[in-house]
Amino acid sequence: MADNNYKSSKNKSIFKKSKSEPITETIFRFLTRFSGSLILFLLVAMLISLSIEAMPSIKRFGLSFLISTEWDPVASNFGALTTIVGTVVSTGLAMLIAVPMAIGVAIFLTELAPMPLRSIFGTAIELLAAIPSIIYGMWGLFTLAPILADHVQPWLTEHFGFIPLFDGPPMGVGMFTAGIVLSLMILPFMASVIRDCFLMTPQVLKESAYGLGATTWEVVKDVVLPYSKRGVMGGIFLGLGRALGETMAVTFVIGNAHDMSISLFNPANTIASTLANEFTEASDPIYLSALIELGLVLFLITFIILGISEWWLASSAPGSKKKRG
Amino acid sequence: MSVSGLSEPSMPFDLSDRANIKIKVRGLNFFYGAFQALYDNHLDIAEKKVTAFIGPSGCGKSTHIRTYNRMFSLYPEQKATGEIILDGQNILEENIDLIELRTRVGMVFQKPTPFPMTIFDNVAYGLRLKARLPKSELEARVEDALKGAALWDEVKDNLHSLGTDLSGGQQQRLCIARAIAVEPEVILMDEPCSALDPVATYKIEELIDKLKEQYTIVIVTHNMQQAARVSDYTAFFYLGRCIEFGPTEEIFTAPKKKETEDYITGRFG
Repeated sequence: MADNNYKSSKNKSIFKKSKSEPITETIFRFLTRFSGSLILFLLVAMLISLSIEAMPSIKRFGLSFLISTEWDPVASNFGALTTIVGTVVSTGLAMLIAVPMAIGVAIFLTELAPMPLRSIFGTAIELLAAIPSIIYGMWGLFTLAPILADHVQPWLTEHFGFIPLFDGPPMGVGMFTAGIVLSLMILPFMASVIRDCFLMTPQVLKESAYGLGATTWEVVKDVVLPYSKRGVMGGIFLGLGRALGETMAVTFVIGNAHDMSISLFNPANTIASTLANEFTEASDPIYLSALIELGLVLFLITFIILGISEWWLASSAPGSKKKRG
Repeated sequence: MSVSGLSEPSMPFDLSDRANIKIKVRGLNFFYGAFQALYDNHLDIAEKKVTAFIGPSGCGKSTHIRTYNRMFSLYPEQKATGEIILDGQNILEENIDLIELRTRVGMVFQKPTPFPMTIFDNVAYGLRLKARLPKSELEARVEDALKGAALWDEVKDNLHSLGTDLSGGQQQRLCIARAIAVEPEVILMDEPCSALDPVATYKIEELIDKLKEQYTIVIVTHNMQQAARVSDYTAFFYLGRCIEFGPTEEIFTAPKKKETEDYITGRFG
């Protein structure tokens, strides 16, 4: 009898799963599904509301918004190209400086630094990553910019002035300073993410490479980096995302001029810094709409860069071309 | 030296009238920080023979084998004292070129450790570290190594797929191919079959038999039958001491020490 009961309840649990499922399971399932779909919902909702708000500007300026360098609130004539270029260039400059350094710091922390120093440096780097961006901005404006203006920029102009990038007024504030401040800001964050990825490489895999006579650099280059490539790229793109959207630090030091110039020393502008500077002044509805369209553009730039990186990661996996099946 | 009633470590069995001695270990002590893992090990490794290290878990056999290519030097808190003389040179000396040492003393690990790259690149890895070879020579050496590791026939049509996609046994033979590609003099194997099924194990054992024509092989194993099958000499380790060392058939049929006898008759371990 007892045996029968056991059997029937067992059958029930197989065929009518929902009835015998514990309530905690149901709640858990609901919560995870809810949180998961909330992310998707928020993303789509943001995109839609940005598009709606930006619609007057989109209708009025069309595609010329993206290729016009005009930004004239008085005549209500808006084009985004200077800010788009400013965003891309300042971020590119920051990545150019920060990525090699972050990887270098991570290699030092995981492979080269003496054991007691590793945790000290590691903690210091995490603390640096936690400093609010406005502090970086103030430091950039009051400390770094004068140093650059007095010492670095004149030197660069004197020795590399034949390159148009370095030929400009040594004012301290401008694209050059913004790129450096941005790079310092994202460096600790990227370094600590990349360090964590490096630490996940199995020790025995590294020993195998050392066992074949590899040097520390060769082990890092051939084993650690390929093994942790996805994580490292993830860390780099998190830093990139932060640099693209960084507002306060950049607003302090970039000079905020709607100008496009080849020289890195000239004041410039990014999408985020324009938004921060001008949102309160935008009384005209078309002005506001143009600013929101700028936000939409930033959103799309981030999307495109993330998409490219995903595609690149998928296609560059070794053996992916010849993988069977 | 006698601790907890163990037999006195004897002077090593004299190999010199039977074989050339490739590695001579004298008074080897090993420390993980403050913990001493090896005590005064004496041992000779015969050239182009298979020497097996047996003993219960934690007896120091893996620690011992890892001194032969100074792998422990990666970890600052680990250190070894004594002498390990490879062809007349004490490799525990400070000024030893570890990179050169490790190309002379190759290693195969407990679990297969293919690099995250193609089969070809895995085998070519060590070769590329040493010198830039012309493509044709590189290909020939990779083919030789894969043939030497009895893997060529199984992978020759997909050399450019990932090494990590192979089966466990194939991965282990890939690691052996990778090790022999750089033509080392000694190959260390740290329980190379412990993660493999019996068929794959059999293939590796067959391979070891073939490899000893060309290489000096040292193998750590917790499988006594395996030691009996593949090795010419056997060392029994217990509690960080090399208790007994000699020709394999003598160790297994007529052990001189009580601990050895207890272990091989299955009374502990």
